[in-house]
Amino acid sequence: MEVRVQNIRKEFSRFPALNDVSLDIRSGELIALLGPSGSGKTTLLRLIAGLESPTEGTVYFGNEDASRKTVQQRNIGFVFQHYALFRHMTVLDNVSFGLTIRPSGRRPAKAEIRKRALELLDLVQLSGLEKRYPAQLSGGQRQRVALARAMAVEPNVLLLDEPFGALDAQVRKELRRWLREIHDRTGHTTVFVTHDQDEALELADRVVVMSKGKIEQIGTPDEIYDTPNSPFVFGFIGQSNILPVRVENGQLWIKDHSIGVSAQGEADGPAQLYFRPHDIELLEGNGGCIAGVVTVTRRVAGTRHVELDIGGANSRVEIELPPEKVTSDHSRVAFRPTRWKLFRD
Amino acid sequence: MTARTASLWQFRQPSVIPGFGLALGVTLSWLILIILIPLSGLAWRSSALGWSTFWALATDQRTINALRISFGTAFVAALVNVVFGVILAWVLVRYRFPGKRIIDAMVDLPFALPTAVAGIALTTLYAPNGWIGSLLSPLGIKIAFTPIGIVFALVFVGLPFVVRTVQPIMEEIDKEVEEAAATLGANRFQTISRVLLPGLAPAVLTGFALAFARGVGEYGSVIFIAGNLPYISEIAPLLIVIRLEEFNYPAATAIAAVMLIISFAMLLIINMIQAWSRRRYGYGA
Amino acid sequence: MAHDATTSQTSSGNTELVRVATSEHRLARYTLIGLALCFVALFLVLPLAAVFREALRNGPGEFLTVLSDPETFAAIELTLLVAVIAVPLNLVFGIAAAWAIAKFEFKGKAFLTTLIDLPFSVSPVISGLVFVLLFGSHSLLGPWLQSHGIQILFAVPGIVLATVFVTFPFVARELIPLMQEQGTSDEEAALSLGASGWQTFWYVTLPNIKWGLLYGVLLCNARAMGEFGAVSVVSGHIRGLTNTMPLQVEILYNEYNFVAAFAVATLLALLALVTLVLKSLLEMKYSAQIAASRRH
Repeated sequence: MEVRVQNIRKEFSRFPALNDVSLDIRSGELIALLGPSGSGKTTLLRLIAGLESPTEGTVYFGNEDASRKTVQQRNIGFVFQHYALFRHMTVLDNVSFGLTIRPSGRRPAKAEIRKRALELLDLVQLSGLEKRYPAQLSGGQRQRVALARAMAVEPNVLLLDEPFGALDAQVRKELRRWLREIHDRTGHTTVFVTHDQDEALELADRVVVMSKGKIEQIGTPDEIYDTPNSPFVFGFIGQSNILPVRVENGQLWIKDHSIGVSAQGEADGPAQLYFRPHDIELLEGNGGCIAGVVTVTRRVAGTRHVELDIGGANSRVEIELPPEKVTSDHSRVAFRPTRWKLFRD
Repeated sequence: MTARTASLWQFRQPSVIPGFGLALGVTLSWLILIILIPLSGLAWRSSALGWSTFWALATDQRTINALRISFGTAFVAALVNVVFGVILAWVLVRYRFPGKRIIDAMVDLPFALPTAVAGIALTTLYAPNGWIGSLLSPLGIKIAFTPIGIVFALVFVGLPFVVRTVQPIMEEIDKEVEEAAATLGANRFQTISRVLLPGLAPAVLTGFALAFARGVGEYGSVIFIAGNLPYISEIAPLLIVIRLEEFNYPAATAIAAVMLIISFAMLLIINMIQAWSRRRYGYGA
Repeated sequence: MAHDATTSQTSSGNTELVRVATSEHRLARYTLIGLALCFVALFLVLPLAAVFREALRNGPGEFLTVLSDPETFAAIELTLLVAVIAVPLNLVFGIAAAWAIAKFEFKGKAFLTTLIDLPFSVSPVISGLVFVLLFGSHSLLGPWLQSHGIQILFAVPGIVLATVFVTFPFVARELIPLMQEQGTSDEEAALSLGASGWQTFWYVTLPNIKWGLLYGVLLCNARAMGEFGAVSVVSGHIRGLTNTMPLQVEILYNEYNFVAAFAVATLLALLALVTLVLKSLLEMKYSAQIAASRRH
């Protein structure tokens, strides 16, 4: 089901947690809400669920105004960061819970509930563990029970709050891939909250980057990474260098020399140059480049990270080179950004 | 090899902290002197009675009635305390209202108020001419000087046990669990009755057991309000005192032994249920 | 309180919907609060009020006259004496037991903990009875004690013994979970810096447990001064000699001397109130330094 959030504002005792947020989620989409803590991403998720109500604004499920409905009526599936499993119930009872508490008119027969719960446990690869209690499961297993429980009510939308936040790195990676598979198989409209950019970029169809109660950018992982539209997104996603430059006659200048990058159509004046460490080309010679002295080099997996001192204030720049390119300390390196963006204050 | 067997049978694990011998020595000698020797004296005296004498004393009709009254009223009082104790704990944990702090502190009154004082105060209140008794007696309801009076005294005495065992567990309930139930469609009543209360069961059971055990042995607060009619409202501890005053030591010993055996057996069963619950659900209280 | 955070924003009409999800309907809330308050009033507040009202029934003059009775005075003295002996004894025991159980791992630890709790599940009357069986004239020790002129039953030593028995677990129970929670690293640090065992205890352990210790002593003292059943069995009720305050209350009450009985009872009720106030203060100010478990 498609979900539309329209002009939502949310205040907690006068502190604005969300400020005029609008978001269209297409049916069957897998959306990540990404941002640092305090950015309002969890509040937005809880507003969609109906666990919070907006100070202003509306949430639509399809064409229906869901903000008039309680959380119980919205028929959503919510997966909590700390699983929130019912510890006195078996795995099977946990998954069946949402169906067994329905009023008798809408409640499936006992055998049917059991069958459906077992199918879901099969889907989340927990067959055979239905008689266990939550205390007898690992963290990853508990999170999968929580997901099965949320899916059992056939929700309009599946909402996950930092679903892998409490798990260790290895399990996280596995579950990430597995969640994508489940999503592709079941087709639930899914929104998940994360502060981990790798998780968001790897998993989501579209990423919503949030900061300070506002949406900074919405886009596919490629768009978000390759064409960030604000200094915040540039800084928050991936690594980036920031250099103060000057635009003069369609050329970028640092102090008194041109760096050989043409910026046609940009107005003259001071600006901040943003570029990623790997979006560069190495150059020989002195003119039309950024040059600096190597201060530190580090080998990180498949690349070599080189820190350069290019002189002046804000003079530290990090670039990524192929590992076979060995640079010794204090040697001189010249380069030019190939993909970059200018922001002005 | 020898080193390994030695460590297997080691009495305590090595530690750099001193004073183990002294501390354990003081503990054990005090425990043996004050608790174990006197209690084993009771065991020795009752076994010296011989089985048939013991059986005759224990199955005396007045004794049986007294035991039945003690255990029965303690059971009912503990049940009442379970219901109101859970409500009281819930109200104290969940709601804000004027005077909450004072009420929270008052819950411990039965721990702090000497039982004799509680006994005469409750009697004064619930006697037919008392503040509350006088309101009830026109309706034909008698509380003081009946087994109901015993239950009232035991409710007072056991009140803090359920509240104080349930309260901390209730405070720890993760709000996410309630929200999870709501997102799955459960209304508030279903959330409380099917998710929250079952989760509290081990704590409630512990509170019940403590209140019950305390009620069975209670003496001071009961004797004033009970009326102490043999066969009807005479509790077992009082019968022990009566037998002692008659210098009928064998009878007193036998009643005491029966009470202890039943109490310990119940505590053992409850401990086993708790251990089982902890193994299964990963929590207990 | 997270629950109140959602309800406090009444400006929006939608807030009502959320409140329904994670808290009760207002009516249910008021009903529950009402039930709880009635229960507390019937079983706690009214009995306490009744004590003071009955004591002052004939005015403060008579109240004071009754209290200045020499027998009452003797009862107060005896009660204080018993507490002054019993509480320190159980304090020393409590610290020793907590040190052994909380700071070391040894076989039979769980069993030892159970034994320490034993007096909680023994009827006070039985607690008194065991000493009668041990020291009475027909017991094994009785004739020997008599021939040496040692009086234990129906005298102060018997009352102290019964009180110690009944209050045995209080301090230990408070300290064991507290010291277990604190672990042994502080002590190990002190020892590694060259402190002796006693120095470690005095300068490191004791400051960490002092509020928990005080808490345990407070509860132990309240019970020691108020114990009725056990003391009643061993005291012999000799007026002016072996009557503690609770026993004096019983005697006066059974003589239909209600004002006097309740006058003595007010003193005990005041003791209880002071205990409760101190206890609440300790819990408010030093909750972290009092054991995690609030059970008795």
